[in-house]
Amino acid sequence: MSYSSDLNRCRRPLFFRKLTDTVLRLFSFAAISVAVGGMGWILFCVLRYGVGVLDWGFLLNPSRPFGLPDNGIANAVLGTLLITGVSAAITVPLGIAAGIYLSEFGRHSRIAHFLRFSANVMMGMPSILVGLFVYIIFVVPCGHFSGFAGSLALGIIMFPVVMRTTEDMLAMVPYTLRESALALGMTRARTTLAVVCRSARNGLVTGVLLAIARVSGETAPLLFTALFADSWPNRFFSAPTANMPVLITQYADSPFPTVQSAAWGAALVITLLVLTLNIFTRMVFRERGQ
Amino acid sequence: MATKISARNLNFFYGNHQALFDNNIDIEANSITAVIGPSGCGKSTHLRIYNRIFELYRDQRASGELLLDGVNVLDKKVDVLDLRRRVGMIFQKPTPFPMSVFDNVAYPLRLHFKLSRAEIAERVEQALIGASIWDEVKDKLKSSGLALSGGQQQRLCIARAIAAEPEVLLMDEPTSAIDPVATLKIEELCLRLKEKFTIVIVTHNMQQAARISDFTGFFYKGRIEEFGTTEKIFSNPDKKRTEEYITGRFG
Repeated sequence: MSYSSDLNRCRRPLFFRKLTDTVLRLFSFAAISVAVGGMGWILFCVLRYGVGVLDWGFLLNPSRPFGLPDNGIANAVLGTLLITGVSAAITVPLGIAAGIYLSEFGRHSRIAHFLRFSANVMMGMPSILVGLFVYIIFVVPCGHFSGFAGSLALGIIMFPVVMRTTEDMLAMVPYTLRESALALGMTRARTTLAVVCRSARNGLVTGVLLAIARVSGETAPLLFTALFADSWPNRFFSAPTANMPVLITQYADSPFPTVQSAAWGAALVITLLVLTLNIFTRMVFRERGQ
Repeated sequence: MATKISARNLNFFYGNHQALFDNNIDIEANSITAVIGPSGCGKSTHLRIYNRIFELYRDQRASGELLLDGVNVLDKKVDVLDLRRRVGMIFQKPTPFPMSVFDNVAYPLRLHFKLSRAEIAERVEQALIGASIWDEVKDKLKSSGLALSGGQQQRLCIARAIAAEPEVLLMDEPTSAIDPVATLKIEELCLRLKEKFTIVIVTHNMQQAARISDFTGFFYKGRIEEFGTTEKIFSNPDKKRTEEYITGRFG
């Protein structure tokens, strides 16, 4: 390559440009290593301390007061599934409907701006506040803790996440698709359901399942609502209900090494559950190429 | 020849910005009318009034009259859902719905009519034949409309648009995102479709307008600068600016 003499005089040394490039690469690689390494370490610890406790008895028996034989976590697994499931059943339709409103009907309305703003605030709110809130407005008037109160608390945390994800996913659907549906004589509602939501289906399902996976590990909101019980969750609406996060918290607090190991075992089980949900979601609803 | 659509003093506004000024035009039934002009001159805007699709956006509004068979369709008393059954539209980019080829075409049929399964199947086939795509998709009616090539998708959209037997077809640069071979197919298709439908096509491609249209309207800065038979506009236009545009001296 030849340059005119003018330009040759003021060429930037390639060395520094390459150096910047290398430094930036190394830095981003280091950042990734810290993030992935941290996650790997956590998984490793949970696996190492938890795997020894796992056996069929641990998985199939309910929890028992300390000292009794055949201690297990089955009631807590079932309770967590119930609490999270009921919570999702209430919240997901509401959240999706609200997201549809934000994206399709009230996009620029004042209510929409207010809703978005408050959703952002809610997503940043410490989850223990949500637990306290449900305690005051639901548990105290009812006079008892209950699994359902736990569902309400988790629902309050899940709602803004589902709403905003829905809005974002629908907003990614190109406007010409809406126009062509309307141009065939469809109403707005039908366009939204049959064409827009359908186009965004994979994104919607992924968003919902990730929201569920996230709240299924929440502890703080359950401490004041579902609490815990060494029994099967057969009085979901009227009594404290066993669940995994609170079980882990209580067991980890215990002075007895056997109980502490049980906490590791439970942590491993819930990690595997959430991991399975995540991987399953991604496999089934993976974005397919155009 | 009968007039199908007449625009009378049509004005259009994006918020406070006026985009169309006193558009007057008569569109003849069973003909192809091409709308040409430089970018931003209001061609698409003009077309988007015909089926009131602009109403999706709340800051857009039209004034004046748009007569379809003598009835002003801008009148709020005219039902927009029925108007859009009578006036179909094809967009620049193909927009197949995320469903099977068959369901794409059956959708408008099921939407507007109560038909038996057999009748729907029959009409879907007719629409696909009408859009010159039947031979290519008859073996994959159940696969996704999104799996077709760009040109096929556009013809699928045409099949979908003609399935419910509209009277008018609006085409907004239907071939600008499509390769030359597929473009030719769509042009041939237009020539056949005009037997049944009245077609208004916005195009950037002057040769296309010359090849397929019977009438041409030249738009400039929101006004209809000149309108006449395609033969006259392309061989002996009245206005200097029309001639300059057609010969490629600006635009």
